[in-house]
Amino acid sequence: MVRKVKADPKGVLEGPHFMDGDHALAEGALAAGCRFFAGYPITPSTETAERFAERCPEAGGLFIQMEDEIASITALIGGAWGGQKVMTVTSGPGFSLMMENIGLACMTETPMVIANVQRGGPSTGLPTLTAQQEMMQVRWGSHGDYRVIALVPDSPQECFDLAIEAFNLSETYRTPVFIMTDETVGHMHEKVVIPPASEIEVVERNWYTGPKDQYKPYKFGAENHMPGPMVKVGDGYRFHVTGLVHDERGYPQATVEAGKINITHIIEKIDSNADKIIRFEADQLEGAEVVVVSYGITSRIAIKAVMDARKQGIKTGNFRMITAWPFPEKQIREIASKVKAIVVPEINYGQMVREVERVAGGRCKVISVNSTGGAVHDPSEILAAIKEGRS
Amino acid sequence: MNQNANASFAQDNPMSQFLRMERMPHIWCPGCGIGTVVTAFAEAIKKSGLDLDKIAIVSGIGCTGRTAGYVKLDSFHSTHGRAIPLATGLKLANPEMKVVVFSGDGDLFSIGGNHFIHAARRNMDITVVCVNNFTYGMTGGQMTPTTPNTANASTTPFGNYEFPFSLPFLADACGATYVARWTSLHARQISASIKEALNHKGFSFIEVIAPCTTLYQRRNRLGDGLDALEYYQNDAEIAHGIDTREVDIGYQSKIKIGKFVERDKPTYLENVNQKYTNVLGDEYQLYGKTTPEKEAEAKAKAEAAAKGAV
Amino acid sequence: MMEVRFSGFGGQGIVRCALITGKAISLYDNKFATMTQSFGPEARGGACSSQLVVSESRVLYPYVTVPGVLVALSQEAYNLYEPELGNGGILIVEQDLVKQKPDTGRVQVFPVPATRFAEELGNRLFANLVVIGFFAAVTKCVTPDAVKKALPELVPGRFLKANIQAFDKGYAYGNEIMAAKSGASVTADAMSEGVE
Repeated sequence: MVRKVKADPKGVLEGPHFMDGDHALAEGALAAGCRFFAGYPITPSTETAERFAERCPEAGGLFIQMEDEIASITALIGGAWGGQKVMTVTSGPGFSLMMENIGLACMTETPMVIANVQRGGPSTGLPTLTAQQEMMQVRWGSHGDYRVIALVPDSPQECFDLAIEAFNLSETYRTPVFIMTDETVGHMHEKVVIPPASEIEVVERNWYTGPKDQYKPYKFGAENHMPGPMVKVGDGYRFHVTGLVHDERGYPQATVEAGKINITHIIEKIDSNADKIIRFEADQLEGAEVVVVSYGITSRIAIKAVMDARKQGIKTGNFRMITAWPFPEKQIREIASKVKAIVVPEINYGQMVREVERVAGGRCKVISVNSTGGAVHDPSEILAAIKEGRS
Repeated sequence: MNQNANASFAQDNPMSQFLRMERMPHIWCPGCGIGTVVTAFAEAIKKSGLDLDKIAIVSGIGCTGRTAGYVKLDSFHSTHGRAIPLATGLKLANPEMKVVVFSGDGDLFSIGGNHFIHAARRNMDITVVCVNNFTYGMTGGQMTPTTPNTANASTTPFGNYEFPFSLPFLADACGATYVARWTSLHARQISASIKEALNHKGFSFIEVIAPCTTLYQRRNRLGDGLDALEYYQNDAEIAHGIDTREVDIGYQSKIKIGKFVERDKPTYLENVNQKYTNVLGDEYQLYGKTTPEKEAEAKAKAEAAAKGAV
Repeated sequence: MMEVRFSGFGGQGIVRCALITGKAISLYDNKFATMTQSFGPEARGGACSSQLVVSESRVLYPYVTVPGVLVALSQEAYNLYEPELGNGGILIVEQDLVKQKPDTGRVQVFPVPATRFAEELGNRLFANLVVIGFFAAVTKCVTPDAVKKALPELVPGRFLKANIQAFDKGYAYGNEIMAAKSGASVTADAMSEGVE
């Protein structure tokens, strides 16, 4: 059951601000009711942690700088079962370190928000320069089969808005939700309007209210595979949480059958609700010869190329993914059946384009405009691909 | 055992209030020391008079790591080495909980070593119980950071050539404010120590030397569980308050046991609240007040308001 | 649309210049502004730079490509960034700190003794506000009212008054220079050409 309430005014810094994306993430989290943040410094995400540390005493929250990213993400699991809404933020190397316990969070259906302010990789790579190189890692990075929700903001304003959305989704589906931003959005300042608390809707945790002896931490096979309600430590339920395959009581069950039920649940609760989760922006798809599919900061560069192409008489559509995962399969499939080509610019060597290719299934050309990271595209590179796609 | 016998075993067992009897039998081998420590933990909780609903247990991975699954408390079986950060999150999100980490030497001090030293440094208000059996039991008897020099393990088949940690010394040096060591022979003392640790304010650490009969004992031809207990009886020496630099363990050497450290120091949360109160004054609402504290405060406020009205 | 680069050496308040101006424009002048800056080791010491893209509609491409305005407060910054300034663009230099190349007429140069003015007001740290005032008068990119509204959270409270004085000083000086130059009309039109 999804229960929406108005935001707690203590966390809402109402008004217009000139703010960067990193700070806006922290403000969005506070507005969404996040009161526990565990993090470790890493460029270019550190400002979010600093902001939270500065703001939490007055908002009534707690910030802890953990000893590393592994500790940070694991502390979130404790924090969430302790009853709080929780968040951490990191960048490439730290994101890699978090992978194992992201799996634990998925397996134990622990709501949390993890922001990755992407920088150039691999390894230490380009710490101060932008990239979109963890778009596949966020989907597949932890071992085993699971699903995630990943949102991609294209501005500081959207960092704020999507931070709230991320918390709402994480509470609704009891799962980690990722905000896959990047160095450019993280560090650029723009106007961010924070609405009054009375205009911000936040999803409350789905607290269990039934009889104590009937509580089970998990619910498998419910309608639309929606997860069951939660309790927190100290409330007398004496529940058990494990990363092992478990039954609804949370007890380990080392059988094929139990694994099937458990894993199907964590996959289906996302897959069968994908239509409700997926958000995107589409413009002039009708009659388009070529459609540019992009996300995050790259979509702002792409629009420029799209407008240039239109000026030159090429019917060009624009599709911006706000949700990267679950992937907007239906929408892309429909586009693919109607256009000559889909152009996919990304600040990586071709990641989400693989998903576009898979879904397009040969119905149209798919052109990757990739880069090794470090900088946004020159719009002319995207324009050239649009022209190539049309020919 | 038939169904009825099972049911009555579950019902009549003196541990049934404390254990998830539906999960018995446990996985531990005959002669293993972990069960003794779990029993001592149960006794400690009983004697402490603490509300079982307000105690959470967190384990890592390994044989000792299975404890969380058997104990009828809010319980977390985390990933390998990560029990302490999970416990840290639990404690900070819900400070009225007593949070106990129960795990093994490999889990806490090899893969999880970094978390241990930092939780001790912060004087995080949690209790860590380490069952130290000098080996990785679940994976088959490999060397751990506490395996005594020269001891045989499956990854040191010609004898261990590394130097082990002395856990009380490590804990002490990192800032732990309660440090004790016992062996699994000393059930009552373990229990008393855990009870003290639960009531201790700050980071408390209890090491329990225990036999792994299937792997460590067998591989080193040290006999069975009983032989291990005999060794503890002959070679463990109580030395309360001894300098922790003096308590390292060699292969089948003397083992110093007792309460080595007990000191008073502000906890992590006390420091947080002190700092913010200094900075923000009356505006600051203490983070993590317990329910009784909040109720008392609300009551006092209401009374003050009533007085004002009169 | 206008692209602006503020540059100088670390400690001159270069980032603050763009922050104050960007905030003023986007919050109080009803336009759009996107501010970026260089980060990391390259931002510590040496030439320091912050950029603003200002537009009547939403800024898409967030970075400066061919600046129409360059503010250079140090020799190193001038040497590094002057060549990328668009033809006909506006170049504001700290006249006591930057030794210029012979004027070829490629760009319009506006020297300002910002540090000296700031020292006269009591502290050289106010030089960046003198520069913003001068910049506002010369470029008309931002209004004085907007800057004054933007200041409170961006400068320490005890220095607010002094910062406003510094701004006013720079603004008045800029207006004087512009009046002297009047007839030979510069400002926004010429700048836009510089960008195109």
